[in-house]
Amino acid sequence: MLDDFLVRAALAGVGTAIAAGLLGCFVVWRRMAYFGDATAHAAVLGVALALLFGTSITLGVGIVALLMAVLIHGLSGQGAAVDTMLGVLAHGALALGLVAVTLIPGQRIDLDAYLFGDVLSVTRMDLAVIWGGGALVVGVLWWHWSAMLTATLSPDLAYAAGINPRREQLVLTLLLAAVVAVAIKVVGALLITALLIIPAAAARNYASTPERMALLSMAIGALSAIAGLRLAVIFDTTVGPAIICVAAFIFAVSAVGTALRRLRGA
Amino acid sequence: MSLINLEKIDFGHGGQRVLQGVSLSLNAGEIVTIVGPNGSGKSTLLRIIIGALKPQNGKVTRQEGLRIGYVPQKLHIDPTLPMTVNRFLNLPHAVDVKAAAEALQTAGVVGVGARQMSQLSGGQFQRVLLARAILSKPDVLMLDEATQGLDQPGSAAFYRQIDAVRRDIGCAVLMVSHELHVVMSASDRVICLNGHICCEGTPEVVSAAPAYRELFGSGTGGALALYRHDHDHGHDHNHDGHHHHKAAE
Repeated sequence: MLDDFLVRAALAGVGTAIAAGLLGCFVVWRRMAYFGDATAHAAVLGVALALLFGTSITLGVGIVALLMAVLIHGLSGQGAAVDTMLGVLAHGALALGLVAVTLIPGQRIDLDAYLFGDVLSVTRMDLAVIWGGGALVVGVLWWHWSAMLTATLSPDLAYAAGINPRREQLVLTLLLAAVVAVAIKVVGALLITALLIIPAAAARNYASTPERMALLSMAIGALSAIAGLRLAVIFDTTVGPAIICVAAFIFAVSAVGTALRRLRGA
Repeated sequence: MSLINLEKIDFGHGGQRVLQGVSLSLNAGEIVTIVGPNGSGKSTLLRIIIGALKPQNGKVTRQEGLRIGYVPQKLHIDPTLPMTVNRFLNLPHAVDVKAAAEALQTAGVVGVGARQMSQLSGGQFQRVLLARAILSKPDVLMLDEATQGLDQPGSAAFYRQIDAVRRDIGCAVLMVSHELHVVMSASDRVICLNGHICCEGTPEVVSAAPAYRELFGSGTGGALALYRHDHDHGHDHNHDGHHHHKAAE
């Protein structure tokens, strides 16, 4: 079954979408979208470094995303103008990565694959990394769920209950780096944030509790992955952007549905 | 044996001194109110006690395993986060359905369990925060201007509720307020704070203290009388002697 590249692509897409759909809820609740962007854009620099040192792309991306995430986490504790700093870091890392990739001697690299993903070329090894990383993200979130939710609601409520909200934030940051490393093959560095926030945003108005929103977000992500892959094959387009298009379409339908419900309620 | 003990706490923020040499202790079962003008460091003091802020100098000692029920000044729930009252009551620890319903009843807000937090009125919201704080079976209930946004009868009712809760579960209460007229008569001890502790003692001692009068003027005497008037007519409230109105009248 895994011999079929479409099956591998579907499994890679679904695995990534589930992890991103779950983590994406926290990204939305805590307004970390820009944070996600910065970590994801740094991934391109990771690709360049991995090629330069001849290591695996996942490793390079993972390490650079991790360093970026820790750097941002440190900065966010300073209370300075974080969004400006994030903007500088995100685009600085992206530009540096783009330049560095073209400077690597003796290699003609298909940069699009890293910017927009290349899920059709996913190998069994990639699949193992994606599902392993995804399982790690889901597992850690499961384990930390209550503490993270409390810290997200209010750092002070967390402190009073003996939970350190800074620690929970650091864990989230590290998980974000893991999702970036996992997702770059599927949707590419530029669209990872979309895979994080769009399914969560689409789920928001159809859930009454955080848990239901998380489940719905994962389901919407998985559905987008499968439908996006199918559409990409039919219309012969890039898969990553197609997945995001489906997610955005689901979001639009959910927004219209919410507006209609309000009208009827009013 | 005191639940919480602060020794000579100094706290500054961005070059500004917020607290200076603050020492206080809280014993099991007592109601202590911290009063002080805006910017006097009241909320900062509470946040030091819960561990959200680290003082530059001084020592914070909490009894081992101390359970704190914290009711913040206000709680902003991001509109992207769906949260029913029942789910909120289960944070951070799961509680059973019956206990949650009882806590809502104790806090004086019944039948809102299935509602979204965002659909509650200001008074209901504060009561749900109180219910959540009670559910952790706290040794001390800490309230930071918990009646902000409530009208005067509303906050008087809220404080009666806290008084009832205290009798119910026997916890200590440490609260911060600027609503002197409502709070002071219900307290065992009042601490008047303005960066440092100006004076402390029973409500009568503090309201008569020159340092207190300097901070708040003597006009609050009228408001104090007004509350007592309300209080005497409080049908659902029974007096059980730990208020000190009689002495002051």
